Amino acid sequence: MAGRTLYDKLWDAHLVCERDDGSSLLYIDRHIVHEVTSPQAFEGLRIAGRKPWRAASVLATPDHNVPTTSEQRASGVDGIEDQVAKIQVQTLDDNCDEYGITEFKINDDRQGIVHVIGPETGACLPGTTIVCGDSHTSTNGALGALSFGIGTSEVEHVLATQCLAVKKMKNLQVIVTGSLQVGITPKDVILAIIGVIGTAGGTGYAIEFAGSVFESMSMEGRLTVCNMAIEAGARAGMVAVDDITIDYVKGRPYAPADEHWGSAVEQWRDLKSDSDAVFDKVVELDGQDILPQVTWGTSPEMVLPVNGIIPDPQTKTGVERDGIIRALEYMGLKAGQAITDIAVDRIFIGSCTNSRIEDIRAAAAVVSGKTKSATVKEAIVVPGSGVVKLQAEAEGLDKIFIAAGFEWREPGCSMCLAMNADKLEPGEHCASTSNRNFEGRQGYGGRTHLVSPAMAAAAGIVGKFVNVNDL
Amino acid sequence: MRSFTRHKGIAAPMDRANVDTDLIIPKQFLKSIRRTGFGPNLFDELRYLDKGEPGKDNSGRPLNKDFPLNDARYQGASVLLARENFGCGSSREHAPWALDEYGFRAIIAPSFADIFYNNCFKNGVLPIVLNEAIVEGLFVAMYEQEGYSLTVELDSQQVLTPEGEQHGFEIDHFRKHCLLNGFDEISLTLKESDNIKAYEDDRREAAPWLFTQLS
Repeated sequence: MAGRTLYDKLWDAHLVCERDDGSSLLYIDRHIVHEVTSPQAFEGLRIAGRKPWRAASVLATPDHNVPTTSEQRASGVDGIEDQVAKIQVQTLDDNCDEYGITEFKINDDRQGIVHVIGPETGACLPGTTIVCGDSHTSTNGALGALSFGIGTSEVEHVLATQCLAVKKMKNLQVIVTGSLQVGITPKDVILAIIGVIGTAGGTGYAIEFAGSVFESMSMEGRLTVCNMAIEAGARAGMVAVDDITIDYVKGRPYAPADEHWGSAVEQWRDLKSDSDAVFDKVVELDGQDILPQVTWGTSPEMVLPVNGIIPDPQTKTGVERDGIIRALEYMGLKAGQAITDIAVDRIFIGSCTNSRIEDIRAAAAVVSGKTKSATVKEAIVVPGSGVVKLQAEAEGLDKIFIAAGFEWREPGCSMCLAMNADKLEPGEHCASTSNRNFEGRQGYGGRTHLVSPAMAAAAGIVGKFVNVNDL
Repeated sequence: MRSFTRHKGIAAPMDRANVDTDLIIPKQFLKSIRRTGFGPNLFDELRYLDKGEPGKDNSGRPLNKDFPLNDARYQGASVLLARENFGCGSSREHAPWALDEYGFRAIIAPSFADIFYNNCFKNGVLPIVLNEAIVEGLFVAMYEQEGYSLTVELDSQQVLTPEGEQHGFEIDHFRKHCLLNGFDEISLTLKESDNIKAYEDDRREAAPWLFTQLS
């Protein structure tokens, strides 16, 4: 029998049964819930007279709608000015209270973005299946877990049954060999991968990221990479368990207690693809070739190295050409323009992709002792959780940002998708550490450029995109 | 869930690749705690010339006359013709809710993003994958002929054109079975309660640390 991939192993370990109709029931160990995609699921349960199968498997927190200014946060849910958003956050609180679900409420120190608090608390662990009504749930796969986003009907399904009826995905291995140049971050790596395989390259697949670049990458870096697996079309991304994984998990609040730690680690050690495992597709990149990345269009695959030149649509045909023409028009850019000629109006450092302590440190290192460009209207730094915020403040990073003219905010999703008050005005260009540059994503008419935290910080200092290594 | 067996309806175009769920239903509408009310804001940023907000009266808003769904010839359309990677991006089920409420029963494209594709089935909307050349042919025929209608038969897995062409499509057996019968998937899964409990008991024994109460 051929060896199994990491994904095969996680799948096999969670298979409850295969039914006659060809579907499989997969057991879900951990269910993370936020305010936007859950209200209709709880309502569905209520209408059907059902209860959560295992409420103790669920961890909830509000993140999408929460304000990030300290004045508004001081009043908790009442501080949310938008009444529709306020009802949604209140509804999450009410549902969690009613069903006995653990929730980090808006002003709990542990509140934060779902995909930050999962790994940070140890609620998300190696070898587990994890779902959340949010596509960036792929993040947790970095721990050697099978973690993917689901819709609201499936949120209700998992609440009611602790299972999902699913079809197995195919296996895609993305290998990045060699080592990275100085100043190249995990964000640059995943953007470069998306540039190669495209936003649909991973559709139908679970991606395992392998090779020396990921083997030597920190856990927070791996979380960034797996976070954007969905931007390559794959519902799930993952990295094999190694010492970096185990060291990261040890001592976290919900990590296995001392009496279980030994047997947990023993199980986790097998969470890697067998040497003779067969992947349906393999893509390989050389880490040495990767430069700092900047997106110029309205899809994450519209990405270039910082020294790149915006493509000419006339060199393409059909739907692809039309897509570039539309993207350039929306972005207010021209073919032949250099990435380094793009002026930015706002800086956003945050999101489930890049709001962990290493991201905050990387951005702070760039702005330290410098001042925000006068042409940049606003630069905000939004930590991914209350825990990240406190850690950064303990290291004095908040003061570095404030001294440079950047704003230091309260944790939440913020301007990644602009459901709260943090948003772009029409036509504004933003250097953003988030994950999607879709039309209107950061605000109606807003123009998003996806970059690493260091590159966003550098753009904030210069007012245009620069290679952070040249700063 | 509403069942789907056979549907005939006017086809309308969404003629661009990588249509993301933010474009299908912008995030300001996701603040609702209901499943309904999203239809009037389907493709909001393309459909209207101003910015939409929840609770805003859409009847007085300026329409983008260049957007096909605002064109008289596509009024009443219920089959959406789209390009590759339709529905990419967020997992928001509000996207199929909006398409459904607007009146689309089927979406035909060369490829769909996985989560969106899955979400459609939960709402009785049928996403159909046909190869790129066939989709291109349907676009051409639709643009040429006003009132161009397509018929979708789920049981025989065929898309039928007015010219009499039949285009077969693939669909997972379980999804087809649920959609044809309008089954409630949760009820189906709960029939396996004994299996789930047995699995859970084994899991608790093997990995007890996963069953502690979070505090």
